[in-house]
Amino acid sequence: MFNILLLLSSILSSFTVEASKAYITNEKDNTLSVIDINKRKVIKTVDIGQRPRGITMTKDGKLVLICASDDDRVEVRDAETLKLKYHLPSGPDPELFVLSPDDSVLYIANEDDAMVTVVDMNEKMIIDDISVGVEPEGMGLTNNGTILVNTSETTNMAHFIDTETLEIVENVLVDARPRVAMFTPDDKEVWVSSEIGGTVKVINPNSKKVTHTIGFEIPGVNEESIQPVGVKHTNDGKYTFVALGPANRVAVVNQKSKEVIKYLLVGQRVWQLAFSNDQKTLLSTNGVSNDVSFINVDKLKVEKSVKVGRFPWGVVISP
Amino acid sequence: MNIKNFLLGCLFFVFIFSNKVDSRELSIQQLEERKKVDLERTEKRKKRGKKAFSKEITLTTKITFVSMERKIPPVLSNLDPILTDEGFYGVKLAIEDNLTTGRFVGHDYKASFHRVSLDEKLNEEFENLIDKGHKIFVVDFTEDEILSLKNLAGFDEVIIFNIRSKSDSLRNESCAKNIFHMPPSYSMLSDALTQYLVKKKWTKWFLVTGPDQNDKNYSNALKESAKKFNIKIKEEKVWDFTSDLRRTAGKEVPIFTKGSRYDVLVVADEKGEFGEYLAYRTWDPRPIAGSQGLKPNSWHRTHEQWGATQMQNRFRRESGRWMAEIDYHGWLAVRSLGETITRIQKNGIEEIIEFLRSSSFGLGAYKGVKVSFRSWNGQLRQPILLAAPRSMVSVSPQDGYIHPFSELDTLGKDKPESTCKF
Repeated sequence: MFNILLLLSSILSSFTVEASKAYITNEKDNTLSVIDINKRKVIKTVDIGQRPRGITMTKDGKLVLICASDDDRVEVRDAETLKLKYHLPSGPDPELFVLSPDDSVLYIANEDDAMVTVVDMNEKMIIDDISVGVEPEGMGLTNNGTILVNTSETTNMAHFIDTETLEIVENVLVDARPRVAMFTPDDKEVWVSSEIGGTVKVINPNSKKVTHTIGFEIPGVNEESIQPVGVKHTNDGKYTFVALGPANRVAVVNQKSKEVIKYLLVGQRVWQLAFSNDQKTLLSTNGVSNDVSFINVDKLKVEKSVKVGRFPWGVVISP
Repeated sequence: MNIKNFLLGCLFFVFIFSNKVDSRELSIQQLEERKKVDLERTEKRKKRGKKAFSKEITLTTKITFVSMERKIPPVLSNLDPILTDEGFYGVKLAIEDNLTTGRFVGHDYKASFHRVSLDEKLNEEFENLIDKGHKIFVVDFTEDEILSLKNLAGFDEVIIFNIRSKSDSLRNESCAKNIFHMPPSYSMLSDALTQYLVKKKWTKWFLVTGPDQNDKNYSNALKESAKKFNIKIKEEKVWDFTSDLRRTAGKEVPIFTKGSRYDVLVVADEKGEFGEYLAYRTWDPRPIAGSQGLKPNSWHRTHEQWGATQMQNRFRRESGRWMAEIDYHGWLAVRSLGETITRIQKNGIEEIIEFLRSSSFGLGAYKGVKVSFRSWNGQLRQPILLAAPRSMVSVSPQDGYIHPFSELDTLGKDKPESTCKF
């Protein structure tokens, strides 16, 4: 009898579909909002560490990692229960981070000490730090994990780091206050957003030369409020989405030609972006209106806003 | 330096930091702990034998900071420490920031710090420095001190960054091609405040001016803003009482302020001799604004937006105190230089001046939009923070004030109104 029940339950569990979830850090509330992607509703809000910002997940979707900036450490939580499993050490004020392709190494940008800290995920120890520019934030990693690009906000540079030697090989000057660095899916370009400079620069990671500078112009919107932050590329090479901060819009850029196709009006002060697994939906965090927007990628339309906590910062969607 | 003042300074320092600090900013203890951890990690890194990336130096720039020893005026309020090192840590921090960039591009920066003591003559000391080959100066000088430099031999070949004087005439009839101004002028400050007061519909003022020249300068700027934005100054008085206000304000202020119907009491008291004692003692219940109360600033310790927390923490870690306006101006000056030299890869005075005034120059200054220099008078255009003692109230320019070039130019005298001719 018991064996039959066991068999039945295992068959059933292999049929249930895990709802895809979005995890959003609320910088001022010190909470995590969990949204069901299909239902487009907040299903859970959990207290986490102080001033949570960067957020990411392991490739198997089992763990959620959060930069608890004011606690000077990284929280590792179970993606299902959201219970804290353990902390990882970091430098002071970790802001953004990125996992190596096999999830064995975590590269963290510490905003307060001009360092990128390298943490071994198995040993849970800091194995190295790399001296970069002032106020590091952006962390872009090639899909093969060989080149890491870190941006420093006050030094206005994109630092190219060889992940083998963990040393800087080149530094590229970009426009004022670079925030995010993101490699295209083919690893042939890295796009760097400059918040105060108002541009996105495209850099060739081999020659280390800037190949394009993308500017934005929105009729009726003050030029100074166009402040690019988040950058996300579609895997099919078609679009790149750029969050424009207090311009309250996400720019849709043709990934190949670098031309701006459209501007999508979302909430206030849009900073970070994340794709659903099938890349049919894009989520944006709107820091000042305290909500996230659902964008239909095929139709290039904003479909819904969902209220979360105060000052939503980072967003990651389960695989 | 006077031992007594130094000890007093220490006492104030201790007093300030025994107060509760906002949980977002780090306490001095935490800052000290961080410093220790930083040192430990630097040691570990050295042991690993890793060298930080550095390019061979191809360009070295020398920056000279000059400040004056000043007689400390008698003030009633001893809550805030009387700073004798204003500007120093701002400059120092910016040099470090410049060196970090410099390491990646092969540029070096050297700073020298000079303090002209009370018994020395400014002109002689400055002439000395020019003779020795110093060309780039960051000066913590008053309006008169800056003007006196114009007569020195070799003045035309140097570049001066003003980090203290807010005088409007320095930016107009007394302007110079090679002087750049970091502090907002009195007219920028008054416009910033007035825009907000207009938004609140507090358009009837009672204006109180102190006895000093700077009080009059501020007051004049306020009157011009009032004209520009259609404010009615219902009453205007000069404060010239000499009693100890800590004891007599309760008696003096109500009578002083009894009279016409007004919305806000605007005060110009740059030294802070009486302005703090007006609140809650006016005849009618009225808010105070101006040099005290709701105050327009270039920087304030309550400022934490747009990454300012990073700057506040870095400064406090470096100096052990809150960043003051003049410190911020010192940082702005040296970072403007660094940004220029990094972009043009040269450090000749003419080239620096040209780039600073060009539309290519832009600096991230933790105020949300980039700051840049007005090409017609060398004034740094910037957002102005309107702050109450313990909270940030608003940031100007206010929404709705538009401008063909930059909304920041709705603050202060715009190009067509400028009387500056190089």
